[in-house]
Amino acid sequence: MIKPEITVIDYGVGNLRSVQMAFEHIGASVKVTSNPDDILKASKLVLPGVGAFRNAMNALNDLSLIQSIKLAVKNDIPLLGICLGMQLLFEESEEFGLTKGLGLLTGKVVPIPDQSTDGNSLKVPHIGWSKVDTHCQNKINQGLGNGASLYFVHSYMASLIDDTNLIASSNYGGHVIPAIVSYKSIYGCQFHPEKSGRSGLMILKRFCEL
Amino acid sequence: MQSGNDMVRNTRLIARLDIKGKNLIKSICMEGLRVVGSPIDFAHKYYMAGIDELIFMDCVASLYGRNHLSDLIKVSTKNIFIPITVGGGIRSVEDAVDILRAGADKVAINTAAVNNPALIEKLAKKFGSQSVVLSVEAKKISNNHWEVYTNGGREKTGLNVVDWVNQAVSMGVGEVLVTSIDKEGTRKGFDVDLMREVTKNTKVPVIASGGMGSSADLIDLIHGSNTDAVAVADILHYEREEINMIRESAIKAGINLMCHD
Repeated sequence: MIKPEITVIDYGVGNLRSVQMAFEHIGASVKVTSNPDDILKASKLVLPGVGAFRNAMNALNDLSLIQSIKLAVKNDIPLLGICLGMQLLFEESEEFGLTKGLGLLTGKVVPIPDQSTDGNSLKVPHIGWSKVDTHCQNKINQGLGNGASLYFVHSYMASLIDDTNLIASSNYGGHVIPAIVSYKSIYGCQFHPEKSGRSGLMILKRFCEL
Repeated sequence: MQSGNDMVRNTRLIARLDIKGKNLIKSICMEGLRVVGSPIDFAHKYYMAGIDELIFMDCVASLYGRNHLSDLIKVSTKNIFIPITVGGGIRSVEDAVDILRAGADKVAINTAAVNNPALIEKLAKKFGSQSVVLSVEAKKISNNHWEVYTNGGREKTGLNVVDWVNQAVSMGVGEVLVTSIDKEGTRKGFDVDLMREVTKNTKVPVIASGGMGSSADLIDLIHGSNTDAVAVADILHYEREEINMIRESAIKAGINLMCHD
């Protein structure tokens, strides 16, 4: 079998090494790049990210990566956004004032409420292993058991998304947090698959197999 | 929101690896270090056995003003795919960059945060609150009063633990690791009173460390406080109980310490 080639977009934020190590562990070869041309030539793209939404969009803009990411998606190159990288796929975020996102998916990014739906206080950031409930079967979550736990670390969440794009969600204090989203060749994981043990590695494997 | 709700909230089980030089070590009340083995081997073993997270703590780094664990993290993250927190000797944004770039997910700061609280805001702004853990070494002074210590339990600060935690949370830490100096390494159970006080009003997750003799101690802690995660060390290092056994005992007692796999 040919080694899958994964291009990880480096825009100066976040923990790229963990993502790289995880893909290499499952047999992919990984290129880390901040070059717009590499993004257009990629066979599969990963947009990682830890940190703040506005900084991330500014960094992508400063490196002239926004157009090439959009063009790659237009050319049906599979794109996986992880954590903040998933949030960037949406239209806008309320983090530190309203900021425009990549606009590849319908929806906006809002703070996780600090109250549960039954009125108890809820800790934010949401940190830890949470079960995800499957909404629909997709190539990306094939073989992932309904109720598998994955590792989340975030203070903001996707909201007002297109229901048909929701593959899996996690329940935090009664709030439905989009955990896996997908539309055409675009995929997003709110959790960190590279930090979610065997279940996380399986999702990365499915992405490699697309 | 105590007992009753224990099955609803997820509790995390974290293996804590105290490091000195290249060795995994274990101390009692943060003194009398004993070598246990290779931290990388132990870390991988715990990952394979389904631990939820790892903490690497260089317990003498701040004392000698020395950095840190980035080489160890680089090797570990080649075959460990769960969250890793690293602490010990992180004094600046640059130190934190090194650690996070090596593959860690969170940095834990103690001495540097006490000496320079502005560092908390700087780190939180640069990496986000979720990557910044306040590590607190707490020593009991009297009933309901614990003092913050630094430099691996060696130096008094005069700070009250609960006040300091609240201040650090308001400055941007996303998680708090509380180590009881009195209980650490004693196997006599956690300082449940301390954890109850710290978790009473804290809006971010709190990890308890120090004193786990058996699963019963973990059960007492979770029933008696709002603690979110438990960091364990020598119960695993010396194989007194296995990770699966701890989980089973906790689940039987109504605590959601389910394996993530």
